[in-house]
Amino acid sequence: MLDAAVERKPSLIGRMFRSLRLPLNDPFAVLGLLIYAVFVLTAIFADQIAPYDPTEILYTPDYNLAADLRPGEDGYILGTTSLGRDIFSQIVHGSRSALLIGITAAFMVALIGSIVGLVSGYFRGWVDVILMRLADIAFGIPFLPFVIVLAAFLEPSIWNVVIAMALVLWRDTARVIRSQVLTLRSRGYVDAARVAGSSDLKIILRHIAPNILPLSFLYGSIAIGWAILTEASISFLGFGDPQSISWGYMLQDAFASQALAKQAYYWFVPPGICIILVVSAGFFITRGYENILFPKLGR
Amino acid sequence: MTMQTSAPLISIEDARLHYKVGGALSALRGNPPVVKAVDGVTFTIRRGESVGLLGESGCGKTSMGRLLLKLEEATGGAIRFDGEKIADLRGQALKRYRSRAQFIFQNPFDAINPRFTIRQTLSEPLENAGVPSAEREARIVSVLELVRLPEPRQYLDRYPHQLSGGQLQRVVMARALILEPDFVVADEPVSMLDVSVRAGVLNVFRDVRDRLGLTAIYISHDLALVRYVCERTIVMYLGKVMEDGPTEDIVHEPLHPYTKALVAAVPVPDPNQSHDALPIGRGAPDPRNPPSGCVFRDRCPHAFDRCSREVPHLRQTGTRHVACHLFDRTE
Amino acid sequence: MTEPLLSVRDLKVSYKVGSGRIDAVDGASFDVPRSSIVGLVGESGCGKTTVARALTRVIADNAAITGGQMMFGGRDLVTLPEREMNALRWRDIAFIPQSAMNSLDPVYTVEYQLNEVLRRRGGLGRRDARRRCEELFELVGIDRGRLSDYPHQFSGGMRQRVAIALALALNPKLVIADEPVTALDVIVQRQILDQLRELQAALGISVILVTHDISVVAYICDRTVVMYAGKVVESGTMQATLTEPSHPYTMGLRNAFPDLQGAASGVLTPIEGAPPNLAFPPPGCRFAPRCPFVLDTCRTVQPPLEGIAADHAVACHRAGEAATLREKAARIETWMGRAVA
Repeated sequence: MLDAAVERKPSLIGRMFRSLRLPLNDPFAVLGLLIYAVFVLTAIFADQIAPYDPTEILYTPDYNLAADLRPGEDGYILGTTSLGRDIFSQIVHGSRSALLIGITAAFMVALIGSIVGLVSGYFRGWVDVILMRLADIAFGIPFLPFVIVLAAFLEPSIWNVVIAMALVLWRDTARVIRSQVLTLRSRGYVDAARVAGSSDLKIILRHIAPNILPLSFLYGSIAIGWAILTEASISFLGFGDPQSISWGYMLQDAFASQALAKQAYYWFVPPGICIILVVSAGFFITRGYENILFPKLGR
Repeated sequence: MTMQTSAPLISIEDARLHYKVGGALSALRGNPPVVKAVDGVTFTIRRGESVGLLGESGCGKTSMGRLLLKLEEATGGAIRFDGEKIADLRGQALKRYRSRAQFIFQNPFDAINPRFTIRQTLSEPLENAGVPSAEREARIVSVLELVRLPEPRQYLDRYPHQLSGGQLQRVVMARALILEPDFVVADEPVSMLDVSVRAGVLNVFRDVRDRLGLTAIYISHDLALVRYVCERTIVMYLGKVMEDGPTEDIVHEPLHPYTKALVAAVPVPDPNQSHDALPIGRGAPDPRNPPSGCVFRDRCPHAFDRCSREVPHLRQTGTRHVACHLFDRTE
Repeated sequence: MTEPLLSVRDLKVSYKVGSGRIDAVDGASFDVPRSSIVGLVGESGCGKTTVARALTRVIADNAAITGGQMMFGGRDLVTLPEREMNALRWRDIAFIPQSAMNSLDPVYTVEYQLNEVLRRRGGLGRRDARRRCEELFELVGIDRGRLSDYPHQFSGGMRQRVAIALALALNPKLVIADEPVTALDVIVQRQILDQLRELQAALGISVILVTHDISVVAYICDRTVVMYAGKVVESGTMQATLTEPSHPYTMGLRNAFPDLQGAASGVLTPIEGAPPNLAFPPPGCRFAPRCPFVLDTCRTVQPPLEGIAADHAVACHRAGEAATLREKAARIETWMGRAVA
């Protein structure tokens, strides 16, 4: 227990940080956060880390296409693709699109889901009925086909995944947060705030939102993995954005170039590992949050 | 009594709070079961009067309190505070009402946000009432002194879990009193506390009420506690008023058969006290399915055939009002 | 005097908290005579629930019985091997936990839950179990037709009766009930207590009733054990302890209670202050910081639990002046001007 007797009033940022309740005492969650940290740094400094432009077609000193080189050959760390592009640089830049998609999708899902959940659970009545019926509709939409259809209507772009997730996946977050809000709403201190004359907005922001923030984060961190996985699937199926390099695109490229037959494991194993690492990192963090939020599930 | 002359601060006329229960499926079937938490309650409270709302859980006493504080909207009838219908209060008028009518919650461990310090908790009503921040600390300290929390400054930056139940309940009272209200509803404020500290909280309640001239409602199932703080008692059963009168008269000569049972059941700490058998049938009130006629008749030892046919209305009997056919001489 | 059913001597129970140790029960001694109801009274945190749980040896993971004896039928429950202890539970000693009425499993009928106990633990056949279920329901005054109902179909009081039936299922000699009526309204409370009294007399069993409410003790108990901060401060017959309370704490409890029979203008006297933190108990009498009659010795020397009359023991340095103290304790000024709990 915190010995808050000596604790002074913490700053706003400190308070916000504390209400996120990062699961720092769960070793798996810490591992997950470390993996994220590595990928975030890689994404930020991708231009400095990657030796080549990932889309640049490379040539050997004797002006041949530098295609299908093995790792280490001619100084290409992970070798090159059939088109003569540097695999390592692609991996490094792939982290950029993965994180961009993951984080924006997670943000959208958590934001929309939290707002819908808060409004629905707090105000109840017809607002609740309408929002929850919308959630039911969203539950009825098969996710992957929806993304493909969306890609067909819009230009192929990595943002399709983000849009699709924002349109569909808020439902889980909203449902869970709504039920949490329903129980929080019946707490004595919420009634007390009303009797004290606080407005609905103030009650939501002050007394309810801080308690559901960890839940938003939980669903956000689940969404990161989902988004990256979905983007990879979409790209692999060929509905991805050909202009941007992502791990899914790399897998598709390797598949189309029959990398397996060429035994070019160095080509498709690294992006696969990266996807697994990021998705499982999200899972580890999720687990850490679950231990905080639902301690009785643990052990 | 001198209060007879002063105008009522609160008047409740035929207040109702009916819930539909059983969800969408039974609603589709046509007639969803309705729970009548409050069903046609009428009474007035004079300025400065303290009234006990007495009854078992499910009798509607807490719902009545929540209606008065607009924590719940009545589904029928009218509640007037100082002449104004509280259902119509909006905007500034509602804000003013919020500063004049306050609630003391049953469970102090639940009524204070565990993330807030005592200072933050007590600042909230001041903030809402537009009290400038420079004045707030002085107000907080003085209200904590009022509820007899010694050396209040040491508590300001503590969190609720660092206070004992008795101290927390004083903070809850302080929050209710900080805007100097006219009217306070206390919902079993000592039921969660240890017996040894209950007396302290009750004494503070009594003293503060007298000192500020508050109008108060005290909700409880224990007549001994109600008697300690209220001059008048209203007995409720399944959403209806059974008896309403001066507490001392009710204690010494309960009229309604249900009141008789409540009086007989009051726990007494004296081992030499003789106890009569409880004059009440077993079983518990079922709010979904109340009996026809008088809602108490299935547990009443005196029930006769008229009780199942006809709902008894509150009628004046001596110093009080009773809703029981036994006291109706008109037929 | 015949040998008591249960005799607890110098019982110690400690909790491990962080790196420290808290002696939640620190040398409790009391007897439970055959066919009697013993009230174990005290405020929250005084160790009464810990004592009750220690008697069945079902205690928290971080708790341990660190000393003393609990003699039951010639055997010491403290040292009894777990196998034999397990055989005793429910069959000889039944425990009704706090809010037992809310711990019935909502997805099974009450008959199923009774059966579970009767057949698994009691080894009864299907037909005998059925008969026993009906018998038990009759015993606690519920219509046998309701055996096939689910817990949520019962009111709070009814569920408490079911919990009592569950405890009585295997004819125990001792029933330990932890706050059986605390959450109930006065009328239901009274009905449950009447039921408990009736059953106790009819079956000749003993009951330990854990409560914070002295009026419950006055209503139903034969004997009282008052605990404060992990220690027994007063024990004896209920009559003696409540009509002539001899420990200032008991006097305080007695005066803190509103009395419907008393004068309307009376003022209740709270015991101000809070129980000590058991991680750092005061060196002398543990009640000393809140006691209006405290002497210098009280702050340094622990008073032993000593008999002051036949069957009435008190742990107080001023037990000899109890009669005078009682008079003073009845006045509110005596208790004023201390720290607020």
